[in-house]
Amino acid sequence: MNARDNILGKIRNAQVRTNAQAAATGLHTETINRHLAQHPRGPQPVPPDNLLACFKERALKLSSDVLQAADYLEVPTLLMHYLSEKKLPARGVCWPSLAELPWSAAGLDIQSRPANDQDLLGVTGAFCAIAETGTLMMLSGTETPATTSLLPETHVAVLDPCRIVATMEDAWDLMRKEYKQPPRAVNFISGPSRTADIEQTVTLGAHGPYRVLVILVPFAEITNDAR
Amino acid sequence: MQNTSINFKRQVTIKLADVRLQNALSRLQTRFVGGRSAVIGEINDLQETRTAAAAIRDLVLNDLEHWLLHFEQQATARGAVVHWAETGDDVNRIVADIAAQYGVRTAAKSKSMVSEECGLNDALEQVGVKVMETDLGEYILQLAHEAPSHIVAPVVHKNKEEIADLFAEKHRKPRTTDIAELCREAREILRPTFINADMGISGANFLVAETGSVLIVTNEGNGRLVTTLPRVHVAITGIEKVVPTLEDVTTLLRLLSRSATGQSITNYVSVLTGKKDHADHDGPEHFHIILLDNGRSSLLGSEMQEMLRCIRCGACMNHCPVYQNIGGHAYGWVYPGPMGSILTPLLGGLEAAPDLPNASTLCGACAVVCPVKIPLPDLLRKLRQRQMDRGMKSWQETLMLKAWAWLALHPMIYALTTKIGVRLMCLMGGKEKLLHTLPGARGWSDGRDFPVPAGLTFRELYQQGKHQ
Repeated sequence: MNARDNILGKIRNAQVRTNAQAAATGLHTETINRHLAQHPRGPQPVPPDNLLACFKERALKLSSDVLQAADYLEVPTLLMHYLSEKKLPARGVCWPSLAELPWSAAGLDIQSRPANDQDLLGVTGAFCAIAETGTLMMLSGTETPATTSLLPETHVAVLDPCRIVATMEDAWDLMRKEYKQPPRAVNFISGPSRTADIEQTVTLGAHGPYRVLVILVPFAEITNDAR
Repeated sequence: MQNTSINFKRQVTIKLADVRLQNALSRLQTRFVGGRSAVIGEINDLQETRTAAAAIRDLVLNDLEHWLLHFEQQATARGAVVHWAETGDDVNRIVADIAAQYGVRTAAKSKSMVSEECGLNDALEQVGVKVMETDLGEYILQLAHEAPSHIVAPVVHKNKEEIADLFAEKHRKPRTTDIAELCREAREILRPTFINADMGISGANFLVAETGSVLIVTNEGNGRLVTTLPRVHVAITGIEKVVPTLEDVTTLLRLLSRSATGQSITNYVSVLTGKKDHADHDGPEHFHIILLDNGRSSLLGSEMQEMLRCIRCGACMNHCPVYQNIGGHAYGWVYPGPMGSILTPLLGGLEAAPDLPNASTLCGACAVVCPVKIPLPDLLRKLRQRQMDRGMKSWQETLMLKAWAWLALHPMIYALTTKIGVRLMCLMGGKEKLLHTLPGARGWSDGRDFPVPAGLTFRELYQQGKHQ
């Protein structure tokens, strides 16, 4: 407790004049509480004409792959095609909300459980996506384990285009609307993990996935259960 | 980390002659300076955004006590434990206590410059906790027993051949200089570390007061792994890192990754709030946050407070002609470049780093690129002023400045002196009109000749112009 008191004491002493001035005008705490309550936005980017097109363009730029499915029943076939093209194993795990997709009919072995170190493929939904940067926003939870998008070498995210928002500020608003408070982990994912530590040369696949595939499925209510 | 800034001049001589380092530093310029300029224009109104970012930082710094208390309250409400540390040693003691409390034997660590301030790894090894750095750059440095030379790209001073040699020796695998292969090798070696570590240690790029969250930006995914898999997570950061709201942090993020690595956004931005719920499959059971002062509070309310706005993007060093030529190690502590030349003397004492405030040409590039508009050259100048006031300058420099000040206050004598000086230099320059040596500035004239003045002083030319 001493360190806490000492540090706060030093801060208070250093700022005694500034705070006294603020208190004299009566604006002090009021300003702070108003800032927290209103959480004002900073300068915003120009909103894109087409959220979906913008998201796609930015996601591709960050080395994500993007595919479009007609409906959620088509997701397994599309994924199977993607995996065999890249000669990747047709085996992995998914979030519980996606367990009912016709995986085995497409020749895939997908188990509904959190990923472990041995799993090479993880299929998830997403809370929403951000057009400005081509980013996926993931909220952790019992039904939405964070490891599924992290441990496997391939991460596949099934995304409803209706859940694409323009900016990160819009994403925070959506989270505030649907949840009282942030979950343990909010993870923004913008493409496969990468490093440029050796000779500033960008290399994909550092400690996280080597590839990120976004499958866009209109009206994919099934993935939204996981929100 | 031990502060060796006192050896700055000797280090500079060594670094300037180091060919491998010079090659490495030129790569940094291409990638980071070029990268930044390629994406910074994506921001709709850059100057307006920089002003907003500086205002967010000032809002917090002007009322730091309140924001820290609000953060502590929110973080605690979500089950995190907030610790306060006055010094680096205090941080080490707190982490060692946490390790003992939960029976921690191994720790996986993601990059944290604040932990470098404390020398945390050595302190933990001493109490029997094995620490593995997991950021690729930091991992390479841990193998090589070296310190980082850049706050964003810690191993910028090494080339792939040196890293290949190091991996071949330590991993006992066939040597490769293929960068992708080297990365995969490190990934495979480090994966079990993440899985088996009892404790994850990270820094924090920001603390969000509104939600009590720790925010971490990473590219490799190791930051996510060390904060998701181990049963204990300890985040260590400076007391100045608080930001009011999620919106405020978003404004800063737009600038941070673009200024740092030339990315629109880093691969991962993780906002971590509280410990794992009972029903969750992943996340730490215990979440500890350590807030370090280490001299930061002494900057508050002073003429140096603006330095605390810093969000550690590294743009100032990437653009600094001094850093570009000598690299980070010469500066002698954790933080190099212009921000380090200010922070090192302020946190570690001006006496221990007397050369750093002078290791700048005051060209102003750092202030132009700083995302939070820190007037870095002004702060360097203020530190030089402090050195003068405290009598820390050599008698030669003091005498010269005093003589110049006296001359400047006596315009007639000033005019006469410059008149004689200019003519003397012209005479010495001969037909070539070049001076090969300058008395008192041998270091400068060893590398280049000084062209003689035009023959008349500015005032003489001005007078002539007036009469025409």
